Amino acid sequence: MLALAGVVLLVTGVVMAFYWVPMAPGEGFRQRIFYIHVPVALTAYACFAWGAWKALRLLWKREERYDLESYTAVHMGTIFGVLTLVTGSIWARTSWGVWWSWGDRQLVLFLILFLFYCAYFMLRYAVEPGPRRERLSAVYALLGVVLIPVSFLAIRLAESLIHPTVFTRDVNENLTSSQLGTFIVCLAGTLCLAGALYKIELTGKRLDRQLRELRRALA
Amino acid sequence: MTSAEKYATAAYAVVLAVVLLYVVLYAFKLSRLQREVAELAELAARRKADTDAGEPDREPERVA
Repeated sequence: MLALAGVVLLVTGVVMAFYWVPMAPGEGFRQRIFYIHVPVALTAYACFAWGAWKALRLLWKREERYDLESYTAVHMGTIFGVLTLVTGSIWARTSWGVWWSWGDRQLVLFLILFLFYCAYFMLRYAVEPGPRRERLSAVYALLGVVLIPVSFLAIRLAESLIHPTVFTRDVNENLTSSQLGTFIVCLAGTLCLAGALYKIELTGKRLDRQLRELRRALA
Repeated sequence: MTSAEKYATAAYAVVLAVVLLYVVLYAFKLSRLQREVAELAELAARRKADTDAGEPDREPERVA
């Protein structure tokens, strides 16, 4: 159901972005990348936050199932993180003429966040499976979530004005209703897609674990 | 097609390609899980057959 909603919303969002929404003055056609890049980035943040929430639950309740849920959420966040970096790079190339700008804090902070979560997997697989690994992974996932507001707000804190700020306090610079509508449809689509992928991935991982236990019991 | 149009299309195509790649990889994983389930079911059936075949031999031992 979630997957179907995601597909319908995303297809609608893409059609709206390409054929319905008016071109942004100054940005031109390339501004259409915004409708996929920003929702994908926000979805990555949401996945990391969800992973941190599950990690907190694990440390709180000491239930093993939260470890797998937190791990799956971080896994999803990393996939959406890759998509954010790639779509952001494409936008940078068409807007600034370069694939990457080290001078932009938003970009660099997102890269740090992404690499931080890549290291999560290294940590996880460097420790033997068991309660120790679960606790270490949970603490690491919780630490990573601190970087999210920093990365999210960096654009507003940055002195550099290279990165386009879309939601500002200035009404004239804000999105029009059609742009906002398209953005919301795309965001809802990517969130539904992430939710569906999370559920599929979690079911697969649980099945994998159960099969391994069954194999051990039968051996 | 202008370069801006090409780049915008590429950004959407990348997202679609990654989602499709994920679905393909998951299809492979699903087929592996199916194969493992079939193997385990066969193993369990063999175990059951062995147990059933071994029961008459064990019966006198228990009586004794």
